[in-house]
Amino acid sequence: MFTYYLRLAFKSIKRTPILSALMISAIALGIGACMTTISVNYMMSADPIPSKSDQLFYVRVDSWDPHNAWDDPNVPPNQLTWTEATNLTKAGKAFRQSAMALTGGVLEPENSDIKPFQSTIRLAYKDFFDMFEVPFLYGGSWPEEADIDPELVVVLTEKLNEKLFGGENSVGKTITVRSTEFTVIGVTKVWEPAPRFYDITTNAFNDVSDMFMPYRLKQELELPNWGNNNCWKPTEGEGFMSRLLSECINNQMWVELPNDAAKQDYMDFLNSYVNEQKTLGRFPRPLNNRLTNVTDWMTESNVVPDDAEVMLWLSLLFLIVCLLNTIGLLMAKFTTKSSEIGLRRAVGASKQALFYQHLVEAGLISLAGGLLGIGLSLLGLEGVESLYGDFISKVAHMDITLVLMAFGLAILSSVVAGLYPTWKACSIAPASQLKSQ
Amino acid sequence: MLTMKDIKKVFRTDTVETHALRDFNLQVNEGEFVAVTGPSGSGKTTFLNIAGLLETFTSGTYTLDNMDVSNLNDKERSRIRNEKIGFIFQSFNLIPDLDLFDNVDVPLRYRGFNNAERKKRIEESLEMVGLASRMKHLPAQLSGGQQQRVAIARALAGEPRFLLADEPTGNLDTKMAHSVMDLLHEINDNGTTIVMVTHDMTLAKQAKRNIFVRDGRVSELHDVSQTEAADAVSA
Repeated sequence: MFTYYLRLAFKSIKRTPILSALMISAIALGIGACMTTISVNYMMSADPIPSKSDQLFYVRVDSWDPHNAWDDPNVPPNQLTWTEATNLTKAGKAFRQSAMALTGGVLEPENSDIKPFQSTIRLAYKDFFDMFEVPFLYGGSWPEEADIDPELVVVLTEKLNEKLFGGENSVGKTITVRSTEFTVIGVTKVWEPAPRFYDITTNAFNDVSDMFMPYRLKQELELPNWGNNNCWKPTEGEGFMSRLLSECINNQMWVELPNDAAKQDYMDFLNSYVNEQKTLGRFPRPLNNRLTNVTDWMTESNVVPDDAEVMLWLSLLFLIVCLLNTIGLLMAKFTTKSSEIGLRRAVGASKQALFYQHLVEAGLISLAGGLLGIGLSLLGLEGVESLYGDFISKVAHMDITLVLMAFGLAILSSVVAGLYPTWKACSIAPASQLKSQ
Repeated sequence: MLTMKDIKKVFRTDTVETHALRDFNLQVNEGEFVAVTGPSGSGKTTFLNIAGLLETFTSGTYTLDNMDVSNLNDKERSRIRNEKIGFIFQSFNLIPDLDLFDNVDVPLRYRGFNNAERKKRIEESLEMVGLASRMKHLPAQLSGGQQQRVAIARALAGEPRFLLADEPTGNLDTKMAHSVMDLLHEINDNGTTIVMVTHDMTLAKQAKRNIFVRDGRVSELHDVSQTEAADAVSA
């Protein structure tokens, strides 16, 4: 009977093309608006590294002002000082660990056709690549020794490698950054986690840095702080080392802890480290160390801004308005079919059979609305991208889950919009319609 | 075949109570061709709707084909309508965007026949009413008489034992009306019981028995053959 109902639905839609088009448009607009905002929210709040998001922990220790917490209620600072970043990583107490910081400088390409340009550099430890499952196109990360005794090596992103070397294997070649020559040791494949979970202290949807270098080169080459740098007390002394060893925070740190026991051990280690620092006159605040996994860290850091959530609710309201309109239009459509419904009842159709028939029709209309709605969502996402620029481009798209969700929403809409008109249509007393034609 | 005992049908609104049928008693035997006449508002159509299980009644008992159908649920009533009763309406009630084949197919779809069985029955029904060659036409492409023939084909396709016709010739000119009546006689001769509601006394006299309904009651029962015989004697 389903194919029969489907054929009847097509005929019915053809019979009232304007009414049908209005219904399809109403559903499409509702789904389009809804899916646009759902897509942005979904992609913003997506788990960027699902394979191990519950094993990766962002490290925070409360080295802040004794009189004022970093943030209410008693939230520890969102970054570490250089001292903590290097000490904790050097201790090597986690399965994997990497402190990191952002810096940058002018890159002078050998190819004279390309003008020197400002490039971003992520300073990190070797574990960064394994911990975050960074794929390599050529070569690999630097050796462990380079973490301790930093070498002038660099890992390029595929994008930068394309720009500098036309995409060829550049391992062994050199590039000049900040007037210093670095040997290319590896080239990563495209790797653009969204949100860029490992550093959300700036914008969580910024691009991955152009290249990666050993963390300790910061000290060696006196590389400047890029990104957010916050201090709760003035720097004591002058010069780069004074700034580096100050209580200013500019570094992030992640550890990989495979299980709860490892997490507890690491927390114990953090507490004992801080207590030890307290004996040295540092860490004036009470113990307040945190290990936060990826998804919790995204939530705590409000990666999805409040206005995006407001937009989501507004779009859901809009969908409801569209569905109410569709209900009205379906009622009108089914009213025009009263005599046919009466006839079908008279010749033996049960209410249940007619209910299914009209639900298929409502479903077909909603499916068409859903398909058009997906098209409108894509247009909407284009609009969002052009309105807000590159930083949102990583999240302003639909994946297969979202497409399936759009269909799910369309089907749900059809049930919601179709149930009442269908029930009303089936409740028509056949006798009242058979004489009225 | 059809027995109604003390059937009452009351339509109620907030302020008005209308007694459409009161103590309505009737028996229709298998193979009969009964014409139901009466003035407007006398309850003819209400009777027909109740007989066709399109409406429920307020009290009384109704037995159809030896089965008490007084208290059936919607699904059971639908099944009986589909299997045992054929309907013919004054306004044909064909579905305008379905061709003749699909219009006749409507009751068969709810019967659950397979494709081959449905096709056979549709073709036979349309053949019987003389429209087999036009089964891909839409109703609007046919004359009124032809449309009513399609409606008859639709009613017959399920091979019902009982045919209910509500003013079947009301929208037709005399020639077409006669042609439809001839068809009904042919169907009746083949064993199908027919109850026909009509205003037209000439058509009513073509039935084997006449029932006159007034104020929701059966007021007269005439065996047409006896009446005609009496008329002949007095003449």
